[in-house]
Amino acid sequence: MHPVRKQRLYIVLFVVVFSSAAIGLVLYAMRGNINLFFPPAEVVAGKAPLGQPIRVGGMVVDGSVQRSEDSLEVRFELTDFAAKVPVSYTGILPDLFDEGQGAIASGRLDARGLLVATEVLAKHDENYMPPEVAEALEKSGYDHKGVPQ
Amino acid sequence: MWSFFHKLGSPPWLYGIAGSILRYLLPVTVIALVVGAVWGLLFTAPDFRQGNSYRIIYIHVPAAVVALAGYYVMAAAGAVSLIWRMKMADVAMKAAAPIGAALTFVALFTGSVWGKPTWGTWWVWDARITSMLVLLFLYLGVVALYEAFDNKEAASKACAVLSLVGMVNIPIIYKSVDWWYSLHQPASIKFTGESTIDSSMLYPLLLMITAFYCLFACAMLMNMRAELLEREAKTGWVRKLAAEGAH
Repeated sequence: MHPVRKQRLYIVLFVVVFSSAAIGLVLYAMRGNINLFFPPAEVVAGKAPLGQPIRVGGMVVDGSVQRSEDSLEVRFELTDFAAKVPVSYTGILPDLFDEGQGAIASGRLDARGLLVATEVLAKHDENYMPPEVAEALEKSGYDHKGVPQ
Repeated sequence: MWSFFHKLGSPPWLYGIAGSILRYLLPVTVIALVVGAVWGLLFTAPDFRQGNSYRIIYIHVPAAVVALAGYYVMAAAGAVSLIWRMKMADVAMKAAAPIGAALTFVALFTGSVWGKPTWGTWWVWDARITSMLVLLFLYLGVVALYEAFDNKEAASKACAVLSLVGMVNIPIIYKSVDWWYSLHQPASIKFTGESTIDSSMLYPLLLMITAFYCLFACAMLMNMRAELLEREAKTGWVRKLAAEGAH
């Protein structure tokens, strides 16, 4: 390769490597802030600020959803299988919200550790399959991730 | 091999070869898009949790995949243009930017439309969605930066550097759902191991991804041909083409 071109090649590589390194360091420094939500274990450990708007994400605990008789208030618990955070929310839940499924609640933690949510989002996973396949999996004793139950 | 590289530097040759590729690639693209869309939208089963709304995957994922791949095409053309000062690489880089921007916009828009019925929100500032928005701005930045210079050589140099620096965003977008907690789910199509999308849904998706790659190639070749004619408007071969009234 012609020396001038070789030098330009090195400059190009330099630009790519150093800009990647710089942005990589910035992302590493901000890693906590890039996460969209706190897992319940961190909330219980006191790493989430009280009285500040935060998001908590996890699985909705089976059997924990309690709907109020006379209002839109709903209470449930979010878990990451290490800890549980109780959530109260008044409003309409997304269609895909269900027990045993992922959800993200945003709101403020009160002094008792209850998350008073102003918004609840359903989180779905990366598994797609026809209903018949899901049924067949269930019959043979597996959940939709192929994990034995 | 080098003679091919040198031929690529010749505008009339590139214009001609782009035209012959398009003659075959364009019908293939149209057929693949129609077959893939009809297959995915009408002839696959609904998803066990999302029902029919998951079908937007057949536009959303191909647009996003090709938007990411297209950035590498643009950045590679930028690198060739910087190192070898090859004019045709500038043409390729300039041609890729608006197509990539359009595909990124389609991916963001369909994602937003998909997010409302499934997640319950149009938009959330999670790592995947935000880094995808940055990609849109990078593409638009390259388009705008090119237009901001009167001198074409300075313009392509600046755009090439911007595309190379922006390249760091591509692995970030790709890995964002694994590195950080996000609302967006991880990838369903896996290069290693089994994909987590049923094969009856996967095949039309793979066809649509291929169709979008072809669409990107077609749009890029067309853009390159238009740019070549504009740049070379005063040269003999373009005048001859115009006089012949050829396509």
